[in-house]
Amino acid sequence: MEDLRELYQQLILDHSQNPKNFHEMEHPTHTAEGDNPLCGDEVTVYLKVEDDVIKDVSFVGSGCAISKASSSIMTETLKGKTIEEAHTIFDLFHRMITTGETDSAQEEKMAVLAGVHKFPSRVKCAMLAWHSAIGAIDKKEETVSTE
Amino acid sequence: MESRYDVRSSKTTIGDIMNTFNIDNIRQDFPALNQLNRNRPLVYLDNAATTQKPNQVIDVISTFYRTSNANVHRGIYEISERATEAFESARQKAADFIHAEDSSSIIFTRGTTEAINLVAYAWGLHNLSPGDEILVTEMEHHSNIIPWQLIARKTGSILRYIPINEDGTLNLENSDIFFTSKTKIVAVIHQSNVLGTINPVKEIIQQAKQVGAISLVDGAQSTPHFKVDVQEIGCDFFAFSGHKMVGPTGVGVLYGKRELLESMEPFQGGGEMIKSVTFEESTWNDVPWKFEAGTPNIAQAIGLGAAIDYLNDIGIDQIHTYEQELTEYALDILEKIPGIQIYGQAPNRGAVISFNVDGVHPHDMVQFLDQDGIAVRGGHHCAQPIMKKFNVSATTRASFYLYNTRDEIDHLVESINKTASFLRR
Ligand SMILES: Cc1ncc(COP(=O)(O)O)c(C=O)c1O
Repeated sequence: MEDLRELYQQLILDHSQNPKNFHEMEHPTHTAEGDNPLCGDEVTVYLKVEDDVIKDVSFVGSGCAISKASSSIMTETLKGKTIEEAHTIFDLFHRMITTGETDSAQEEKMAVLAGVHKFPSRVKCAMLAWHSAIGAIDKKEETVSTE
Repeated sequence: MESRYDVRSSKTTIGDIMNTFNIDNIRQDFPALNQLNRNRPLVYLDNAATTQKPNQVIDVISTFYRTSNANVHRGIYEISERATEAFESARQKAADFIHAEDSSSIIFTRGTTEAINLVAYAWGLHNLSPGDEILVTEMEHHSNIIPWQLIARKTGSILRYIPINEDGTLNLENSDIFFTSKTKIVAVIHQSNVLGTINPVKEIIQQAKQVGAISLVDGAQSTPHFKVDVQEIGCDFFAFSGHKMVGPTGVGVLYGKRELLESMEPFQGGGEMIKSVTFEESTWNDVPWKFEAGTPNIAQAIGLGAAIDYLNDIGIDQIHTYEQELTEYALDILEKIPGIQIYGQAPNRGAVISFNVDGVHPHDMVQFLDQDGIAVRGGHHCAQPIMKKFNVSATTRASFYLYNTRDEIDHLVESINKTASFLRR
């Protein structure tokens, strides 16, 4: 019980109840939809990338507290980062969620989700928005289409 | 020997079933109930997904493997005869349980899903033409939607849905627009695995008959919980799963009207389903074996027979009455939870309750209930069209069976309240 109550600490609940950057975006350069078919959760991630820098990130969707908080933290963390930095951060985040290991190089904001690794069935919830964001960036790099 | 769970004793009267239905003895029959979940006594409330198994079923399966294991319908030797006899007597038990005409109308499948697929492929593929209509309802489980979508795509036929009302009942008011001369098969869920609604299948099937359509009833959630009489319902096909009625996984039943089964093409080809084979062609075995290609799920079918014996010993009517009281009790106290929304308020309903509590996502709810030892399901329950109808992506679902108690429901409510106040802090 303690582990679980620790996981749902105030910061997570704040993020899930009042998520940051929780809105659609006009004229994004990249978007991706992610869903978790098992639980029906859905997220759409919007990014505005200029000169390899993520100028803006936002998301909309429905999901559990872990997924909402993780999406919110993702938008805060990736905003202002280069594409390359975003990939590095994604890898650190993925490692933390699956193993609990944190890294001194990583952003502090992410660390509140380290407890997720103790609940394997929730890894997907925490990763959903991150996978979508990275997927959006990678896909766009292959098939660049600007309007 | 007097049966320990005999509730038909002289002191049984309607009304005091709660006292005579010996729940302590019943619980002792189910070893898996007696364990910890996250260090708390397990409260198993996911019976719509699958049920626990009593010793009486586990023992029959293990005894079969220990003493009578052999392939069926093939050997001349004694233990093969014994295996065949046990397998075929399970078929008879299944026939009697749903009041089928005789055991030749009972096909053993892997479960409800395979039973419906059998009808979709062996009947649908050969009998549906472009423009023909397949009629289902908006409350179907995916297993009674996807096979028809696949067949519709292959045959050019059209899949239509009878809508549901706000309270979770079917909207049959202007049903004439759905039952037309184009309707060729009507496939309906008997009891919803999400809303608990028990549908008026007999009336629906009468309407199907009026337009010359055949019918299938998905009995996965009804057969375990109340008396089913396929002849009274009047359906052409009826499907159910063993694992949802204290039987093993890997076995289910498709009941079919004999003439229809005889006129149908086989589903799968292989051993067991043929009479004679040459390099050019083959002739099919008689029903039901024509539809049981390959070595069947022998031990599982025998286990299902034992499950049916177990339910019969207690009495399916007694089980139903007990569950109805339990469900009423649960609805009463769940409704008092602040911010709760219960999906499905049909007057005629079974022991399945889906709900959401304001500000708490089902995923989080289920995780916290689990920490209190409570096993419930959170998600779309393989019924995404219903979720869409109620405009939610998921619900939490508690579903009961003969071994659940009021204490367990009290515990559930307490844990929901605790979780909601913790997560909304
Ligand atoms: C109403 C209904 N139909 C069909 C099924 C599918 O049953 P099975 O998975 O045993 O084939 C289920 C079980 O989840 C169900 O609840």
